Amino acid sequence: MAATVSSERDTVVPPIQRALREGLYAGAIALGLFVLFIGLRTDQNISNELILVQRWLLLALVVIATAVGRFLYVGYAQPAMERAKAEKAKAPAVVAEPGFVRQNFNKIGIVVLLLYPIAMVLAFGFQGSLKWVDNFGIQILIYVMLAWGLNIVVGLAGLLDLGYVAFYAVGAYAYALLGTHFGLSFWILLPAAGCMAAFWGVMLGFPVLRLRGDYLAIVTLAFGEIIRLVIINWREVTNGSAGISGIPKVSFFGLMSFNVSDPNYIAKVLHIAQSGAYYKIFLYYLILALCFLTAFVTIRLRRLPVGRAWEALREDEIACRSLGINTTTTKLTAFATGAMFGGFAGSFFAARQGFVSPESFVFLESAIILAIVVLGGMGSLGGIAVAALVMIGGTEILRELDFLKVVFGPDFTPELYRMLLFGMAMVIVMLWKPRGFVGSREPTAFLKERRAVSGSFTKEGHG
Amino acid sequence: MNATPSSSDFILQVEHLSMKFGGLVAIGDLSFQARRGEITALIGPNGAGKTTVFNCITGFYKPTEGMITLNKRDGSTYLLERLPNHEIPARANVARTFQNIRLFSGMTLLENLLVAQHNKLMKASGYTFLGLFGFPSYRQASAESIELARHWLEKADLVDRADDPAGDLPYGAQRRLEIARAMCTGPELLCLDEPAAGLNPKESAALNELLMDIKNSTSILLIEHDMSVVMQISDHVVVLEYGRKISDGSPQTVRTDPRVIAAYLGVDDEEVEEVLVEVGDEDVIEQLDTGPDSAHGPGNSASMMAGPVSDTVEHADEGERVTVSKGASKAAQVDARAASIASKPQPAAKPAAKSSTAKAAPKKPAAKAPAAKAESASKGKEAAARPEAGKRGGRK
Repeated sequence: MAATVSSERDTVVPPIQRALREGLYAGAIALGLFVLFIGLRTDQNISNELILVQRWLLLALVVIATAVGRFLYVGYAQPAMERAKAEKAKAPAVVAEPGFVRQNFNKIGIVVLLLYPIAMVLAFGFQGSLKWVDNFGIQILIYVMLAWGLNIVVGLAGLLDLGYVAFYAVGAYAYALLGTHFGLSFWILLPAAGCMAAFWGVMLGFPVLRLRGDYLAIVTLAFGEIIRLVIINWREVTNGSAGISGIPKVSFFGLMSFNVSDPNYIAKVLHIAQSGAYYKIFLYYLILALCFLTAFVTIRLRRLPVGRAWEALREDEIACRSLGINTTTTKLTAFATGAMFGGFAGSFFAARQGFVSPESFVFLESAIILAIVVLGGMGSLGGIAVAALVMIGGTEILRELDFLKVVFGPDFTPELYRMLLFGMAMVIVMLWKPRGFVGSREPTAFLKERRAVSGSFTKEGHG
Repeated sequence: MNATPSSSDFILQVEHLSMKFGGLVAIGDLSFQARRGEITALIGPNGAGKTTVFNCITGFYKPTEGMITLNKRDGSTYLLERLPNHEIPARANVARTFQNIRLFSGMTLLENLLVAQHNKLMKASGYTFLGLFGFPSYRQASAESIELARHWLEKADLVDRADDPAGDLPYGAQRRLEIARAMCTGPELLCLDEPAAGLNPKESAALNELLMDIKNSTSILLIEHDMSVVMQISDHVVVLEYGRKISDGSPQTVRTDPRVIAAYLGVDDEEVEEVLVEVGDEDVIEQLDTGPDSAHGPGNSASMMAGPVSDTVEHADEGERVTVSKGASKAAQVDARAASIASKPQPAAKPAAKSSTAKAAPKKPAAKAPAAKAESASKGKEAAARPEAGKRGGRK
C-alpha cells in the first residue's frame, strides 16, 4: 500500500528520504501487527496458572528488522533493480546463450547421480555415508520416481489425481504380502506390483472417465482414502495399522544376498568387510535405475502417438474426439501407466523399509507428490527432479540445522519449522515462477528446429 | 428436391433427422444429401441448428430421430448416428472443424497435425509396444506422417511456422491450421463449421482456394455465414431455419427463393409487422403478439405461425443457448403472407390456412404492399440476393 502511494511521488522525493519514510511506515505496521503476537506470550507457571510473558526485546528486534529491511529495499535494492532493467532494455536484444550447466543439465545430472554414493563413501566412510545415501539419495529418488509417474497423469494427460499414493500403497502391499507369504523374489514381484497398481489405475479410471476438474480431484482423493482405509481395516490380510514387518530384502539378482546370515552374503562372496552400507548403495542404484526407466519410458511415450494423445487430451478433449482419438482408452492408459510407476516405487519402498503400514500412505504423501509435479513444472522431467530435490532434500536438510540452536538458544527446534519453511518456499516459487521451475514444454517432433513452447500457451488440463 | 440418382453418388444422406433438447426442437425432420466431390453448404440464420446438425453428423450429439448414412468410396456404408463419437473420424472418415477454433494451443503446428494421424500411427507403433522399443516400422510410419503433415502445412501456407505453438498463430492461420489438421485424418467428408468467420477478404480468398483444392479429393460440408464464400465455392446449398429445411438446391435457386430471402437475408419482425399493419390485418398482428394457436403446434407448416415459437436453440457445442422470441420464423411468415395473398381471389382455396388468413383476404390493398416492403427490406442486406429480391415478395 505504501509503495503505491509513494511511487506517484517518485520524481519529487529523493530515494533515501523516501526509503526512510517507508522504513518507518513498515516498522509501524510491523509493530501494530506483532505487538500481541510476539510482544506478549501466554504461558503456564509452576502452579499451572496462565501468565503473560512479555518479550519486548524480541518485538523490538522484529520491528527494527522490518523497518531496516524495507529501508534497504526501497533505498538501494529497488533503484538497483530499476537500473539493471534499464540497462537490459538499452542493451541490444541478444539471445542469451544458455550456460554450460544449463545446456548439459541432463548429462551432468546423470553423472552426479551415478557418482553420488561413491563420493559419499569417500567423504564419510561406509558407515557415515549411510545417512547421505539412504536419507537423502534414496528418499529423494523415490519421490522423483513417484512424481515422474504422477507427471504422466497430471502433467501430460492433465487429469488431476489427488489419490496417487493409493497406487504407491498397492505396490508396497503387493510386494510386502506376496514377499512375506510366498517368499517370491523382488525381481518377480516388481513387475507384478506394477501390473497390480496399473490394474487399480484402470479401476479408478473407469468411474472417473466422465469427471473433470474439481470433481475428478475429489473422487481420486476419495479413492486414495478408500485404499488406505481398506488396508487399515482388513486386518486378516494386511495386519491393520500394525503393518507388515519382516519384508524380504532385495537380492543382487539372486546371486548375492544382503542378509548377513545367508551363505551368499555379499561380504562373504566378495571377501570384504561386513557393512550395512552395501545394501543401501545397492538400493540407491536400484531406485536410480527405476527412475531412469521411468524417464526413458516417459520420454519415449511422449514421442509415440499415445503420449501425443495424452497431451492433446490435456489441451482439448473435444478436439481429440473430433480427430478420432478414443479418449476413454487414452485416459485409461494414462492412469494405468502413471499407476504402474507408482506401483514400482511402492514395491521398492517396501523392500527398502522392510516394513509397511498405512501410516506411510496418507493424503499428505499425495499432496507432496503433486506439489513436486506442480513446482517442477507440469510435464518437465528435469524440473520435477529439481523440485523433488528441493522439497524432499530441503525438508531433510532442515533436520540438520542444529547450529541454529546457537543463534536462537537451546529451546529452538528447527524441525518444528520444517513445514513452515516448506510452505513458504512453495509460495515463493509459485510467485516467482507460476508455471513451476520449467514452465516451457519441449515439442515432441520438429520440422526445422526444436524450440521450447512457452508455458503461456500450454493448458493445465480440465482435471 | 432433386431427382435421386443411385445412393452411392451421395457421400452423406441425412434422413428425417430430429434433435430435441428437452422440449425444444433444435432440428425437426431434416433431410438432405451431400454429393461426393461437391461442396455442400449448410446455411441459415443464427440459431437455425446448423451446428447441431454438424454435431449429430460427427457424433457429438446422438440424434433423437433419423438416420445419417455415409457412403464411402470403397462402397462401405456407415450409419453415423450409431457410431461412437471417436469412431466417426476413425472409421467413417468424417473430419470436422469447430466454430470456436479448437487447436492444441500448447503444441506446435506439426504436433497438431501428428495428433490428427493418431489412429494410423497407433497401429504402426503396435499400440505403443513396438514403438516403445524403437522398431523400424514405427520410425518409417513416423517419417511418413511428418511428410503428410508437411504436405498439409504447405497447402495451408503454414510451413514456415511448423515449429511454433499453435496458440501463437494469428486467427486466420489458426483457421487454416484447423482445416489442415482435419485433413490429416484422411477424411472422405470434411465438415467445416464457419471456416471464414472473422477472416479478412484476403484471408477469405485464400481459404476459398484451399477449399477448392481440398474439394478435388474430399467432399465438403460447410456451414458458413459469409455469402461470398458460399456463393462462390458451393455446388449445393441447404438452408435451415429453426431446425427445418426451408430451401435446398444450387446456389442460384436458393438465392432466388423468397423463403430464403425472408429468413436468411432478413426481414425484421418489425418490418413484417409493419407490412401487416399496412395491410391492415389485425388478426395477424394479434397472432404475432400472442403466439401460436394451440391447435397448430410446431411442425404444422400449413399453419400461420409454423415453426417452434419462443424457444431456445442449442447453438455451439458447449451450452451456448440462444433464446428466440416467439413468432420468429420468417420463412413461415413469407409462406403465410403468400398464402394470404393467394387466398384473396378465392378465400376457400386454402382450408389449412387459418381463419385469420381467410379474413385478411378480402382487404384489397394487401396485394401490392408486401411486395414493396419486401423489396426495401432485403435491399442492402446482401448483394448476391438483391436483384431477385424485388421481384419476389408478391409473386407466389
